[in-house]
Amino acid sequence: MSTLRIDREAADGAIVRRPGFGLLRALRQGPLFAGAAAVLVLLVLIAVFAPLIAPYDPDAVDLTATLAGSSSEHLLGADQSGRDILSRVIHGARTGLLGPLLVVGISTFLGIAIGVAAAWRGGWIDAMLSRSMDLIFAFPGMLVAILFVAVFGSGLTAPVIAMSVAYTPYVGRLVRSIAGQEKARPYIESYRVQGWSGWTICVRHLIPNITPTVLAQSAINFGYALMDLAALSYLGFGVQPPDSDWGSMINEGQAALLQDAMLPSFAPGLCIVVAVVAFGIVGEGIADRVAKRER
Amino acid sequence: MAFLEIDELTVRLPQGRAARPILDGVSLRVGEGESVGLVGESGSGKSVACRSVLGLLPEGAAVSGAVRVGGRDVLGMRRAELRSLRAREVAMVFQDPRASVNPMRRVGDFLTEGLRAAGTAPAVAARRAVELLEAVGIRDPEGAMRRYPHHFSGGMLQRVVIAAALAGEPSLLLADEPTTALDVTTQAEVIAILTRLQAERGTGMLFVTHDLELAAAVCDRVYVMYAGRIVETQTAAGLFARPRHPYTAGLLASTPRLDPDAGPPKPIPGRPVSLAEAPTGCAFAARCAQVRPECLVEPPALVRADDAYAACFRVDEGIVT
Repeated sequence: MSTLRIDREAADGAIVRRPGFGLLRALRQGPLFAGAAAVLVLLVLIAVFAPLIAPYDPDAVDLTATLAGSSSEHLLGADQSGRDILSRVIHGARTGLLGPLLVVGISTFLGIAIGVAAAWRGGWIDAMLSRSMDLIFAFPGMLVAILFVAVFGSGLTAPVIAMSVAYTPYVGRLVRSIAGQEKARPYIESYRVQGWSGWTICVRHLIPNITPTVLAQSAINFGYALMDLAALSYLGFGVQPPDSDWGSMINEGQAALLQDAMLPSFAPGLCIVVAVVAFGIVGEGIADRVAKRER
Repeated sequence: MAFLEIDELTVRLPQGRAARPILDGVSLRVGEGESVGLVGESGSGKSVACRSVLGLLPEGAAVSGAVRVGGRDVLGMRRAELRSLRAREVAMVFQDPRASVNPMRRVGDFLTEGLRAAGTAPAVAARRAVELLEAVGIRDPEGAMRRYPHHFSGGMLQRVVIAAALAGEPSLLLADEPTTALDVTTQAEVIAILTRLQAERGTGMLFVTHDLELAAAVCDRVYVMYAGRIVETQTAAGLFARPRHPYTAGLLASTPRLDPDAGPPKPIPGRPVSLAEAPTGCAFAARCAQVRPECLVEPPALVRADDAYAACFRVDEGIVT
C-alpha cells in the first residue's frame, strides 16, 4: 500500500496528502464536548432541512387548534392562532442560526483584518485602529442595533449589521494581541528573510497560525450573538411576525402564559438556551485544545 | 572582488536607546565559496552584522558605511530588489529550527513554496525538494514531505531548514548560530552536512557563532567581534596558533581542555560592555590583563600583523600571558 503510494508520487511528482482525520480527532474531547458538537450538528441539519422535517406549514392558521396542548397531532401543541409550535420552532432555527452566522462571519473577518493590520504595522496605524475599537466598545451593541432598526427599518439586516459592528472589536482586540505575539516568533522573520511580502506572510502564515484561537472565540461569540438577536426580535426590532423566530415566538407566547399554556413561549426559550450553551461548550472546548497544544 | 563586502558599517540606535553604536566601523569580506566565521559574545553585534547583509536593520537606526552583495549596495536597494536578493542570492539558517519553521505547514510546502513563488512548476519543485532532503540525509524523503515540523527532532528539522535554505541555490548562506539549540552529537552531524553541501555547491557562508572552536573547525577565516567592533581577523589555524588580540587569547584560555597537562579554564575577568556604556578607549581595556594608559584614551584601529589583523596597541609585542 505504502509502496504503491510512493510509486504514484514518483510518477507525477506532486505531493499526495492523506485524508485528514482532524474532525474525528476534534470529537475525542470528552462526552460534554461531543454532546454539544452533536447538538450543533443537529441544529444545523434541522435548519437546513426545515421544510422537509416540519410537520405543518409554520404559518398555517388553524383556529380549531388554538392553544392546543401536546398531542399526537401537534407534538408541542399550537399557539393562539393555532399554528403548530414544533413547525415554527423548526423553521425558527433558520433565522435563529443564519443571523448569528452572519454576525460572526462578518465580525471575525473584520476583526482579523483590523487586528492583524494593527499588530503588523504598529505605530500610528495601530494607535488609530485600537482607539477606533475602543470607541465602538463605548456603545452598547443593543443600543446601536435599535438605532439601526429605527433608521433602516426592522428585519434581519439592520440588527445583523449593528451586531457585526459591535462584535468586531472583541475579535479585533484578541487578534491584535495574539498576532503581535506571533509576529515576534522567528518563523515570521525567516519568511521575511526569504523575501516574502508582508501581505503574503500575513495571509499564508500568520493568520492560519492564529485561526484556532480566533475560532474558539468566534464559537463563543456565536452563542452571544444568537442571544442578542433573539432579544432584539423579542423586543420587536428583529424578525417581524408572522415569520417564525425564537425571540419573537417567546414574545407572542407571553400572552398564552396567562391562559396556562407554557409551550408557546417555553419551547423556543429552551431552544435558545440549548443552542447558546452548546456553542459555549464547543468554544471553550476548542480554546482548551489550543491551550493544550501550545503548552 | 569578494562576493560579500561590508565596509565601515556603523549602526547607531536612536538617542536614548543605546550609548554606543551597536556596530562600529565593521568591515568584513566573504569570497565566492569561502566560509567565514563571525565570533563574539552575546551583544557583540554579530547577529546585527549578519542581518545587515539582508538589509534588515533595527528600526530607526542611523546607518553609515556600505554592504555590498555581488557588487550591489544592499542598504540603498529598493523593496523589489531586496526581495529578489533575499529570495535568490542570500539564504539564512536560524538558531532554533523549532521556532523558525511555521508549525502549521507541511515540510513539503515549506521546502517548495519559495521555488513555486519563483515560477517553478509544482512537480519540479517537489522533485527538487526530495533531492535536497536526500542530500541533507533525511530517510524516506517522500514521506518527510508530507509530515509536519513537530514530527521531526530538532536536528532533523535543522537539516530540513538547511535544505530549504539551499533550495533557491543561493550564492551566500548566512548561518546564525545554526547549532546552538541542538545536542552536541546532532551539532556535529549538522555541521558536517552544512560544510559538505557548502563545499559541493560552492556557496559562500558567513557562520555566526559564539563558539570560537566551532568557528575554527568550520571556517577558512574568522572575524572576532567585541562590543560592536572587529577586534581580530585571521585564518582559523592562525587564530589558535597565535591569537593577536588579548580578547581572542582570553576566549581560547577560557575554553575547557581535555589534555592531561592542561590547567583549569581561565575565565576573562569582568563582564561584556553593555549598550548603555560607552568606553572612550578600547572597549576591552577594562577586562584586559595588559592594559596601558593609551588604551583608555582612544580605541585602537585594526592594524596588520603578518597575515592577521588586530585592533590592539600592543599587537607587535604579542600576547603576554
